[in-house]
Amino acid sequence: MPEPTRIAPPAGPTDPPPPAELPPPVFLTALQRGLPGTIEKLSYWVGDWTAILPAARLIEVATHLRDAPGALFNFCSDVTASDWPPRAKRFDVIYCLYSTTLRHRVRLKVQAGDGEAVPTVTGVWPSANWLEREVFDLFGIPFEGHPDLRRILMPDDWQGHPQRKDYPLEGPGELLIEDPVDWLRVRHAREIE
Amino acid sequence: MFDTNELVINMGPQHPSTHGVLRVVLRLDGERVIEAKVVIGYLHRGIEKLCEHRDWGQIVLITDRMDYVAAASNNLGYCETVEKLMSLEVPPRAQYIRTILAELQRIASHCLWLGTHAMDIGAMTVFLYAFRERELILDLFEEYCGARLTYNAMRIGGLPLDIPPRWDAKVRAFCDILDTKVDEYEELLTHNRIWLERTRGVGVIGAAEAIAIGLSGPALRGSAVPRDIRKDEPYAAYADFAFDVPIGDAGDTYDRYLVRIEEFRQSTRIIRQALDGLPEGPILGKVPRLIKPPAGETYHAIESPKGELGYFIVSDGKSNVPYRFRVRPPSFCNLQALPRLVKGHLVADVVALIGSIDIVLGEVDR
Repeated sequence: MPEPTRIAPPAGPTDPPPPAELPPPVFLTALQRGLPGTIEKLSYWVGDWTAILPAARLIEVATHLRDAPGALFNFCSDVTASDWPPRAKRFDVIYCLYSTTLRHRVRLKVQAGDGEAVPTVTGVWPSANWLEREVFDLFGIPFEGHPDLRRILMPDDWQGHPQRKDYPLEGPGELLIEDPVDWLRVRHAREIE
Repeated sequence: MFDTNELVINMGPQHPSTHGVLRVVLRLDGERVIEAKVVIGYLHRGIEKLCEHRDWGQIVLITDRMDYVAAASNNLGYCETVEKLMSLEVPPRAQYIRTILAELQRIASHCLWLGTHAMDIGAMTVFLYAFRERELILDLFEEYCGARLTYNAMRIGGLPLDIPPRWDAKVRAFCDILDTKVDEYEELLTHNRIWLERTRGVGVIGAAEAIAIGLSGPALRGSAVPRDIRKDEPYAAYADFAFDVPIGDAGDTYDRYLVRIEEFRQSTRIIRQALDGLPEGPILGKVPRLIKPPAGETYHAIESPKGELGYFIVSDGKSNVPYRFRVRPPSFCNLQALPRLVKGHLVADVVALIGSIDIVLGEVDR
């Protein structure tokens, strides 16, 4: 198994700003005009545009992007999260949106700290229901206003949130013995008792 | 207050018709479903976390295991996402062969769908017929890469193997066979009175609601939404080929069935065009020995046989493993619609609808 060659954990996502000669798409400039002060930062990488915004303004921006005539993002492709432990607000909640009519994509990013709730977008896109449940289950980010917030992939009484970076890959407290000889030794020792 | 007519029944994770380890808790009024609660997670293997500890090249093997019915599509989606992150160019010959493999995979997945869906509804013969064709495709794949189910058929930057000699003639022969066989399936089902009674008007969902609830793929197209990533955001070599995207009308199970049957025919059309125009050249692009995409993140989606299969991958630029590996599984998002589709229908329709949505639990749970 290759060991990850990370030396220090990265401090956060790169979120590179768009190149100066590339204007943002029309719906993003319309959003910045229509709801001034909501977008903290715009990012562009390999053809994708991402808008970073505070959690408090998420619902307004989501509703605007769904309904504005130049945007029409009616399809919520994905709601997911990333864990960046060194950062104070360790989680990034990412919303991947698509418009079936205008055929363009955009991503929204919201930062949340450990235990901080993020407002739910199930009122805007019902497809976010299970997607947010999965983020809650695997990362532990509660979604305020979610109609059915409970675990979805892990068993209902599971402790801990597996996708966090500080959760071990092998699982909680299980004795991970790789060599069968050691396993037999442990079993032998248990049988003697 | 507990109504004496109400009954809570468990369609447990072990059930012949749930297409895997899916649990549906049904609240029934006699035979009618009042409410259905879907419980998943029985096949959760932690693939997303596992891939944070595996090489970029090793992950191709793991992606096979998610939608194990259409493994090459998963490989394609992953390889394309990493190629997008690295801004890597894939040679045209590799693009064409990838398209052929993806379309063969679409036919194979639809064969399995048709066989299991028809068998659940009662048409046992179709199961054997559809699997007979699926065996032909599995033989083609076995000749190409040595495996029948989990192919590991693609690499970042192209393909590991070129097509074997006379393989293209075999694929052409297969396409000819399949076109006659699809007519056979249609003869058995499309105008069959029992089939019509079991599928017409079952699980009707309108276009706007289907989009809102997150359906994608043939399940969405059955509701008259003309959305196909192969046409809207072409990837691999799809932009070079002429093909139609079948759209349904009423959004019921029968329309979803018709959409997938027509997709069989369109897939053979694409494969023939790809074989006719197959360019010469290398099959692997200029890939560095150690794959390390520059720091950044991206989301890329392909049209897998089940719907929009998306990969959201974050690279930190320094490790030889991804920082975050996220799969947007079409079956997971489509399965969300089941409680809405099943309301008011009979218990037998629950089985028909699980088949109509076409799920693979490997993908739902990862």
